[in-house]
Amino acid sequence: MLSNSVDLNSKIPNNVGLADDPKLLRALEKWLPNYLEWWHDMGPTDFEDKPVYLRTAISVDTDGWANYGHVRMPDYRWGIFLNPRQEESTIRCGDDAGKPAWTEVPGEHRNALRRIIVTQADTEPASVEQQRLLGHIAPSLYDMRNLFQVNVEEGRHLWAMVYLLHKYFGRDGRDEADELLLRRSGDPDKPRILGAFNQPCDHWLSFFAFTMFTDRDGKYQLAALAQSGFDPLARSTEFMLTEEAHHLFVGETGLDRIIKRSAELEKIDPNGDVRNQGGIDFDLIQRTINYWFTYSLDLFGGEISSNAADFFATGLKGRYREDRLDEHRALGQSYRLQVVDGGRLVERDVPLRNAMNEVLRDSYIKDCERALRKWNRTLEESGSPNRLTLPSRRFHRHQGIYADHKFDPAGNLVSGETWEKEHHRWVLTPADNAYLLSIMKPVYEPGKFANWIAPPSRGIEGQPVEFEYVKMHD
Amino acid sequence: MAVRFFNGMEPAQSNELVVEFATDPSRYRHWRVSYEGPIARVEMCVDPEGGIKPGYELKLNSYDLGVDIELADIVRRMRFEHPEVRAAVVSSGTDNVFCAGANIHMLAASTHAWKVNFCKFTNETRCELEDADAFSHQVYLCAANGTCAGGGYELALACREIYLQDDGSSAVSLPEVPLLGVLPGTGGLTRLVDKRRVRRDRADVFSTTAEGIRGKKAVQWRLVDGIFPRSRFLDEVMKRARKVADAVAAELPEGEARVGIKLGDLSPEITETSRRYRHVELSWDRAARTASITVRGPSPEDVALLGEGPAAIHAAGDQLWALRAFRELDDALLYLRFNLPDVGLCLVRALGDAEVVAAHDAALWGQRDFWLVNEVIRHMGRVLRRLDLSSRSFFALGDAGTAFVGCLLELALASDRFYLLDDPENPVKVGLTIFNEGVVPMSHGISRIRAHLHGEPDKLEALAGRHELLDPEEADDAGLVTVLLDDIDWEDDTRVAIEERASLSPDALTGMEANLRFPGGETEDSKIFARLSAWQNWIFIRPNATGAQGALSLYGKPERPIFDWKRV
Repeated sequence: MLSNSVDLNSKIPNNVGLADDPKLLRALEKWLPNYLEWWHDMGPTDFEDKPVYLRTAISVDTDGWANYGHVRMPDYRWGIFLNPRQEESTIRCGDDAGKPAWTEVPGEHRNALRRIIVTQADTEPASVEQQRLLGHIAPSLYDMRNLFQVNVEEGRHLWAMVYLLHKYFGRDGRDEADELLLRRSGDPDKPRILGAFNQPCDHWLSFFAFTMFTDRDGKYQLAALAQSGFDPLARSTEFMLTEEAHHLFVGETGLDRIIKRSAELEKIDPNGDVRNQGGIDFDLIQRTINYWFTYSLDLFGGEISSNAADFFATGLKGRYREDRLDEHRALGQSYRLQVVDGGRLVERDVPLRNAMNEVLRDSYIKDCERALRKWNRTLEESGSPNRLTLPSRRFHRHQGIYADHKFDPAGNLVSGETWEKEHHRWVLTPADNAYLLSIMKPVYEPGKFANWIAPPSRGIEGQPVEFEYVKMHD
Repeated sequence: MAVRFFNGMEPAQSNELVVEFATDPSRYRHWRVSYEGPIARVEMCVDPEGGIKPGYELKLNSYDLGVDIELADIVRRMRFEHPEVRAAVVSSGTDNVFCAGANIHMLAASTHAWKVNFCKFTNETRCELEDADAFSHQVYLCAANGTCAGGGYELALACREIYLQDDGSSAVSLPEVPLLGVLPGTGGLTRLVDKRRVRRDRADVFSTTAEGIRGKKAVQWRLVDGIFPRSRFLDEVMKRARKVADAVAAELPEGEARVGIKLGDLSPEITETSRRYRHVELSWDRAARTASITVRGPSPEDVALLGEGPAAIHAAGDQLWALRAFRELDDALLYLRFNLPDVGLCLVRALGDAEVVAAHDAALWGQRDFWLVNEVIRHMGRVLRRLDLSSRSFFALGDAGTAFVGCLLELALASDRFYLLDDPENPVKVGLTIFNEGVVPMSHGISRIRAHLHGEPDKLEALAGRHELLDPEEADDAGLVTVLLDDIDWEDDTRVAIEERASLSPDALTGMEANLRFPGGETEDSKIFARLSAWQNWIFIRPNATGAQGALSLYGKPERPIFDWKRV
C-alpha cells in the first residue's frame, strides 16, 4: 500500500509497502549490498567516516521529507518514496490522454518504458562517480556538505528507479538494475549511457556548472516523466523533483558566488586581472558555461525524433507541466526548426510530436536564461562591466541535427578550420582545467571559504554559515 | 553507380531515375576499403547526403540501393582484384553505430516495385558474401562496433562470424516486426534459424524485441560469436581475422601466389531503346512491353587463348570472354529489373558457333584449377542465378544463328520456355557440356537441367555425360525444347506466343514463374528468395504495413499505426 508514512524500521525505508511484498523485498535486499559496495568503490569514499549534516527523507509529507542531522554517508537511509496522490491518475498526453493511468506496465510499452527508466537511472550513479574526488578540494565545509547531499540523493534516485525496475520489469529489470552498478562514468569499455555523464568533472567550477546545467536537464526529464501515464514512474519522479531542486540550487548559487567573488577580485586588482588575484576570470567562466550547457543540451535527444513522438503518443512522457496545458494530443501541429541545408541554416516545420525533445529543450533553455539574468544582475550590482551569455543551442553539440556541423557560440555556421582555431576560446581547455586545479586547495575550517568563491548569503536549515557542516575531526 | 535523371525524355519509370550499377573504388561514397596482405578491412561510413534518390537522409549508417551497389562491387572486386585476401573484416567507420539497416524513410517513400527490387538485390549481395566464403576462400567477419539493427544485423548474419562490442549498450536486433510491421527480409529470419541455428523460440523473442540483445546473452543465444570490450574490440577482431586467414590459407595449395586482375568499366553504348555491350545487347520496345537480350558466344581466338594456360588467361584478365560476357549480362539484367519495370517479357538469344561454344566450355573447365578461372566460373553461376530470380518472363529463341550450347544453353534452361527452329536450310545446334551438369547451379542447389527434367529422370539419365551437339529434333526428343517450330510456323507462332505472354497479368506471371522455375528441394538461399521474400512482398502491400495508417508508413511520423487485427 502506498501511504504517507514511511517504514523506517525496514532495512530499506519506504512508503510502498515493501514489507507486504516479500518477493520484491528479497530482490531489493539482494541488490542492497551490491549498491553499498558500489558506493564504497565509486562514491566519496575518503569521507565515509565523517559525519555530514544531511537531510534524510523520513516521510513524503511537506514537512517530513527533509529531516536534518549529522550522518555518516554509508549510514544514510536510502529509501523508496512515491508521491501519494488523492485523485485517480490519468494518462496526461498522447492518443489515450484522459484515460486512467496504468498501475502496471502495459505489455506493448514495456520495452520503451524500461529503456526510459534505465536511461534516467544510469545518470544517477554516473554523477556520483564523476564527483567522487571533489571533497578533497572543497572550497568550504558548507560546499562540501552540499556536494555530499547531492551525492547521497543521486544515490537515492538510483534506488527509486531500481525499485521500478525490480517491481515492474521482472528478470530483465533485475538484470538492468545489476548493470547500473557495473557501468562506470568515463570508462572506455563500460561507459555510462549518455555523453555528458562520461565527461570529467574534476574541479568545483565544473561541479557547479554540472549541477546548474546537467542536473537541470535531469529536472526537465523528471518533470516530463512525472507526466507519464505509467503511474508508479510519475509518482517516483515527482518525489525526486523535490530533491532535485536543491541540486540546482547548489549549482546556480555556486556559480553566482564565484561570479560575485571574481567581480570583487577584479576590483581589488590594479589591472583588473582576476587571475592575478587567484580568482576565476570571466572568460573562463563563460567557457565553462559554454561547455556544460551544450553537453547538457545533448541530453534531450534528437531535434527530430521518432522515439520522442512515440513516447508522447503512447503517453509515456509528456511535456514540461503537461497537466497545465489545454491540449494534450499535439496532432496536426508543427514546430519550426532551424536546420542546415546545403551549407545554410533554413527553417523547416516538423510535426510537433516529433519535436517533443526540442519542446522540452525550449523549457530548459528558458530556465537557464533566467539564471543567466540573475548572474548578470549580480555583476551589475557589483559594478562589473562583464556580462555572461548562454551560447546558441547549435553550438558545440554532439547529438542531433547540429552535431555534424560547426557553429560559433552565437550559432553561426563556421568552417572546420575556424573551429580548430577558435574553439579554445569558446569551451573549456586542458589548460583551463590545470589552472582551476592549481587554485583549488581544500578549505576545511568552519566558516572559511576559498579565495575564488564568495560565502553564501546564509547557511543550511537556519544554521549559520560557520556551522560545522562536515565534522572533519570527529 | 550513377544516377541519371531523364531530362525531358520519356521517364524511365515512376521513380523517374535511371539506376546504373557500374561503380569502382574511386567513386565510393559510403565505404572505405583497405587491404593489408591477406586481411581486408571494409568500413561502412554512409554519407547521409548520398542517397540514391532525393527525399531522405542516410543517417546512422542506414543504407539504400546506392550503398548496396557499392557493397556488391566491393565483394565482387575483392574476388577478382584481391584474390590474396583470406579474411575481410566488416565494421563501421561511424562511432557507436555499426549499421541501422535499410533506411526506413527510403522504404516508406518507395513504390512497391522499388522495395521489392531493392530487397532482391540486397539479398543477392548477402548471398555473394557467403558465396565468396564457400568458393573463393574469402571469409567475412563482422565487427559490430556499435548498434547493429535490422538490415545491419542481416549483413552481419551473412558473415561467417559476428563479433559485438561489449559496452553495455551495443546490441544486435531485428526490430522490423515490432517497430515497422514488416519482416527482416534480407535473409534475417532464415539465417537466424537455418544458418546460425538459433533456437526458434529464442528467435521469436529476439525478432519481437525492438531493442535487441547485447553482451553475454547475445553469445548465449548464438546471435553473435563473441563479445569484446570497446577498448580492445578491433584488436581482438583483427587477431581473430588473422587466425581465420591463416586457417583458410592452409586449405590452399602451397606456394600459389594469387595476383589479382582489374575489372574495367563495361561502358555500354547507350541509346534510348538499347544498351550495346561488346558481347551482349539489351534492347527494348516499351509499347510492346518486351525486351531482347542477345549474347554473342566466344570466338575461336577466345578458345585458343584458354588453351595457352594460366599466364595467358591472367594477361587477358577482364577481357576473357566468359568473364566479360557474363558481367555484361549481369549489368543488362539489373538494368532490366530496375529501369524497365513495364517490360514483362524478355526474349533471349545466344548467337555463335555451336562447336566453338562447346570447345570453349571444355577449355575453360580444363583450367578450373587456376584461381581466376574458378572465379570466372563462379561468377557465371551468380549471373545465371540472377536470371533465375528475375521476375520477368523469359523466352529463349533458338532461331537461325543461335548456339544454345553449354554455358549458353543455361540461358535457355533458365528461361520459362525454349522455342527452337527446325529448318534444314538453317541448321541450329543445341548441346550440353560440363557446364550443364551442376557447375553453375541454381539457388536451390541443383543444375538447371535437373530442375528442367525433374519429372523425367530417364531423360535426365540419358543426357548425363552426353557432351555432343544435337539436331533440333534430337534436342526435342531429349526433352530440352518447349516448342519445336519449322520455318513456316516460326514467325507467326513466336509472335503470337509473345503477344499472348505480354497480355497476361504481370503479378500472376511473377508468382507463377517463381513457383515453376524451381522444382525440387530447398536450400537456405532459395528459402530466402522464395519463402522470406514472398511473405515480405505480401506484407509490403498490406495496409498494416503500407496503408495510410500502416506501421511502415507512419514510422517517424507523429501518428501511431492502427492495425486491422484480422489474421489472414
